Amino acid sequence: MPTIFKGRSQELAMLFPAMACLVLIIVVPFCLSIGFSFTDQRLMPRPIPTRFVGLTNYERMFADRLFWQAIGNTVLFTVLVVPFQLMISLCVAMALNAAIPFRGLFRTVSILPLLLPITVVVAIWAVLYRIPTGPLNTIYQLFAGPEAYIDFVGGSDTAMVAIVVLSAWATFPYQMLIYLAGLQDVPGDLYEAAELDGATAWQRFRFVTWPCLRNVNIFLLIITTIQALKLFTQVSVMTKGGPNGSTTTIIYYLFQQGFTSQKIGYASAISVFFFIAVTTIAVLQRVFLKNEGEQ
Amino acid sequence: MADVLIQSVTKRYGTVEVVPSLNLEIPEGSFTVLVGPSGCGKSTLLRMIAGLETVSDGKIFIGGTDITHTAPSQRGVAMVFQSYALYPHMSVAENIGFGLRLAGMGKSEMEGRVREAADILQLGPLLDRKPKQLSGGQRQRVAIGRAIVRKPKVFLFDEPLSNLDAALRAQMRVELSELHERLGSTMVYVTHDQVEAMTMADQIVVLNKGHIEQVGAPMHLYNAPATPFVAGFIGSPKMNFLQGPKPWASAPQGALIGIRPEHITLSQTGGQWPATVRHVEHLGGETLVHLDSECVGSLTVKVTGDLSAQAGTTLHASPRPEMLHVFTDGQRVSA
Repeated sequence: MPTIFKGRSQELAMLFPAMACLVLIIVVPFCLSIGFSFTDQRLMPRPIPTRFVGLTNYERMFADRLFWQAIGNTVLFTVLVVPFQLMISLCVAMALNAAIPFRGLFRTVSILPLLLPITVVVAIWAVLYRIPTGPLNTIYQLFAGPEAYIDFVGGSDTAMVAIVVLSAWATFPYQMLIYLAGLQDVPGDLYEAAELDGATAWQRFRFVTWPCLRNVNIFLLIITTIQALKLFTQVSVMTKGGPNGSTTTIIYYLFQQGFTSQKIGYASAISVFFFIAVTTIAVLQRVFLKNEGEQ
Repeated sequence: MADVLIQSVTKRYGTVEVVPSLNLEIPEGSFTVLVGPSGCGKSTLLRMIAGLETVSDGKIFIGGTDITHTAPSQRGVAMVFQSYALYPHMSVAENIGFGLRLAGMGKSEMEGRVREAADILQLGPLLDRKPKQLSGGQRQRVAIGRAIVRKPKVFLFDEPLSNLDAALRAQMRVELSELHERLGSTMVYVTHDQVEAMTMADQIVVLNKGHIEQVGAPMHLYNAPATPFVAGFIGSPKMNFLQGPKPWASAPQGALIGIRPEHITLSQTGGQWPATVRHVEHLGGETLVHLDSECVGSLTVKVTGDLSAQAGTTLHASPRPEMLHVFTDGQRVSA
């Protein structure tokens, strides 16, 4: 046994169940998918045996127009949802950190979206987006006339925005809670010192709050980006990737290829590409945005 | 430089009155120390002068101007916090110059003012460092520098030395006193440490439960405390209060009699009060002897040099009669 593990049998025993699950559920399937990505593996057994096809799946992937459309949609979703979601999370956290009446009640209510299954959230938003008489269209009709409506989910231009808004609403309480913890960590003395220095409310935010949230921001940026890149359920339940593939994300396309078209080999190649892309983005974010104390 | 006048100032939190109708005059250029136990309202009073707490009733004047409802940054005050309150992401120079930057001061003038403050506080080589790269004493100097550059009418200090170790605290006490002499500014300093109050103040304000017990020069408070609270609070070790039905023959009936530990002599052969040694503390240049007397209860005696008394032995304590402090109805009668 290596020296580092000597006398640590109790710790290793406690680690074992979690590590075993991690290996069985994440590591082994991922290693298998790397292997499958070099084969023509199908989902259902077939008489013709699975063949090694080399880099064929990867060549096909890079030449696949729908794959690149899915990449573009995923990037677009991420670019839209990350700043939007972080902004509303921070705004709500700041409001809930202030001395407002019924703060405890508001804090409880604000985390409710996190408690709902994502499919329920999508169902709620489907009602809100309904045409022509959904609540959002009813409001729109107050300004644009009784016959006007917007097909939020059915329009190629609006479907992605509709998914962005519902996704941001569905999961913002998680970021909000972390921001709230970060805000509570900012020493009150700093605000008082800034007030004595003559700082306005905006300057107190810019020169005290924002810099003090640096580590929180970095953590949330990475987490939210990864979460956004993995968009699937909202698309699967609400738009099925449509209209005209305008909401097909990389994970949804991977699912379609693997489970609808049964091309496990090709889907595995996409998953390997996705893993490398996500890891690279996370590492780059970590390298360029260093925590306070690492600069 | 300006005087501070506090006129019938009251502070209430809901129905709880923490500072009831307080009047105080802080002379221009003085080093005034607000001292008292935790919860006596000294920090609240300082924060009301700074504008960080609202005043429930009454008025505060600085240099003759009513600033009761003026924004903190417009009062002409600068404050040094207990926690230093340095912006962690800014360098020392940026911290010191932050107020000037917000005021829209030109870069060259700002750099000059920062450099001037850094020279006064010997911070020159540290200007590019971040607060986390500084020691406690250096951080405190930066916090003072941030106050100096604003050239305030009044400096406010909220227990600025309480996070420092004993040696550094002693050093910073001297530095702050020298800084006061150099700048000649009005300084208001809050502490619960009577040693800081005695060593630094021109004027001490002793607060207890929101009330002012006594205002005066340090030695006046030491020699002629107005109340038993001041007598017990000022001086280290604390004043002895004699127990028993009539511990001193010439004192009025029911009077409280106090005597400072340094005003009692000890003898092995004879004296006023026979007492048994309970504990001896050797401080090097002096010795504190804790005794129990059947006549007057517990006593602490401070003697110069080393005294090799054993616990359990009997000594005779004798007070210097002219140094007795007599209080009736909570007020001083004579010394």
